[in-house]
Amino acid sequence: MNRFIAFVKKEFFHILRDRRMLLILFGLPLVQVLLFGFALTNEIKNARIAILDNDKSQHSQQITAKLLASGYFQLRENLRSNTDIERAFRRGLIKLAVVFPAGFTADFEHGRNAQIQLLADATEQNTAISLTNYASAIIRDYTTDLNPTSQPPMVIDVRSRMVFNPELKGAFVFVPGVMAMVLLLVSALMTSVTIARERETGTLEVLMVSPLSQGQILLGKVVPYLLLSFLNGCIIIALGVFALNVPLNGSLALLLAETLLFIFLALSIGIFISSVVETQLVAMFASLMAMLLPTIFLSGFIFPIESMPKPLQIVSNIIPAKYFIAIVKGIMIKGAGLRYLWQPTLVLVGMSLFFTVLSLRNLKPRLS
Amino acid sequence: MGKAVITNQLTKKFGDFVATNAITFDVEQGEIFGFLGANGAGKTTAMRMLCGLLKPSSGQASVAGFDVYRQSEKIKQNIGYMSQRFSLYEDLTVRENIRFYGGIYGLRRAEIPAKTDQILAKLGIESVANSLVAALPLGWKQKLAFSVALLHEPKIVFLDEPTGGVDPITRRQFWDLIYEAAHQGTTVFVTTHYMDEAEYCNRVSIMVDGRMKALDTPAGLKTAYGVDSMDAVFQILARGTSTK
Repeated sequence: MNRFIAFVKKEFFHILRDRRMLLILFGLPLVQVLLFGFALTNEIKNARIAILDNDKSQHSQQITAKLLASGYFQLRENLRSNTDIERAFRRGLIKLAVVFPAGFTADFEHGRNAQIQLLADATEQNTAISLTNYASAIIRDYTTDLNPTSQPPMVIDVRSRMVFNPELKGAFVFVPGVMAMVLLLVSALMTSVTIARERETGTLEVLMVSPLSQGQILLGKVVPYLLLSFLNGCIIIALGVFALNVPLNGSLALLLAETLLFIFLALSIGIFISSVVETQLVAMFASLMAMLLPTIFLSGFIFPIESMPKPLQIVSNIIPAKYFIAIVKGIMIKGAGLRYLWQPTLVLVGMSLFFTVLSLRNLKPRLS
Repeated sequence: MGKAVITNQLTKKFGDFVATNAITFDVEQGEIFGFLGANGAGKTTAMRMLCGLLKPSSGQASVAGFDVYRQSEKIKQNIGYMSQRFSLYEDLTVRENIRFYGGIYGLRRAEIPAKTDQILAKLGIESVANSLVAALPLGWKQKLAFSVALLHEPKIVFLDEPTGGVDPITRRQFWDLIYEAAHQGTTVFVTTHYMDEAEYCNRVSIMVDGRMKALDTPAGLKTAYGVDSMDAVFQILARGTSTK
């Protein structure tokens, strides 16, 4: 036991003496969470719009006022002709143009098919869709407010409610994603690099000749990173809850236990990587390539898995982060318990065992 | 006195390649045993089998009285090892390195400070006790690595080309440390390709292409081959040429 403690102590010296390592370890999560939480958001606020009012009536004025009062839109300019619309879009001044045709009021008040044209800049397609949806809803609202009684017969009133995240906050999606990414990256990258470094400097050989068993060496490598990564996970959860107002509806204990499981998986992947590579540099690239890119693109963190082509959907099944993100979302936002989350949990357990066994089998012959 | 190392037809194959081919030799306790050979002659492979890093393909060997197949854990407890890369942690201080190696070799916590002071005094490096090893000159690192390998008072210490890359004076000083250890009863098993160092050994073996071609005292070898330096003996055996 004393031997093991001496080993773990040494690992902490390595980590604490390496400024770059410390920066990656604790700077990365902070920057990521704050970046994704505050800067990179897909919520729409104060989108710039232009109005082309060819009707100049009370109705057109009121609809405009209602749009601007919603908080989603901000008036950039009042246009005078159709050619102005194109100019404004080309110069990137506006995201949306609202056109009231001449005779709008006349059509509206005589029950004819009154039209308003919405033109959106679809170079950002998601924004365009959201903006036209918001604007349509506001305009529809205006008409129903005007004649609450004279509804035509047989109307289906569709009411949608955004369950779990009524305000459609981006942080709800990003916090679990960032957590998965940071933990995976930090744990896998750090362990693979630290073992590769011992191999490179020849100290691994000396450790193998020493009375330390292989298990003690591996465990000694894993324990410090397990502790530090767990601390990291707690920081991210705290930032999410207190700074970004992500709810914590489920059990904190379960969330921490799942986090620990995920870290263990990441560490076993890190050891696996170090068992197949020769140098620190290769270890670093392998970790980045094998961890970071698939986690960002295929875990559902940024792009929904449902909208991927079939082959990529299949590939996404082997991305550990996919399961962890599902678990974190389940616990934090939906308040789900293990009863609902046992499947992804089991997958993570299975993956951990797989990589642990694989790296143990690989490491032994590779050390000698 | 028992033998420190006994091998009998010790062989290691990697696929079709025979790295160490049926070598048989004994090393006496307290002896300085030189293990010579060109790069790729099989020295490192043989040494790794004796240290428990590699399983032999066939043949027998025992180190410090323990069998290499069945008792490698016992062997590890009784040997010291220093590789050509010195195997100290550069981002740890001198003191921390000593404490670490003392720790993993199971020294009691109470005896480590005294051991540390003893090493620092012997090497005359008290002034850098709390400096990072990275800042030390090569010769100091080397002597420190050797002292660390002896920290747990092993019966045998294996040195794998310990003097690579240092100047002749430092090498001479390093050999003084080796003599001192041997004098205190530690068996020293050393690989080298410096022929002047071969002269310092009690007995020398020369490996060529996985086989042990010669084993005797330096004087005995020189007489047998009728030359006046170990370098000449090595030329005859390893290259098949005579320098005369």
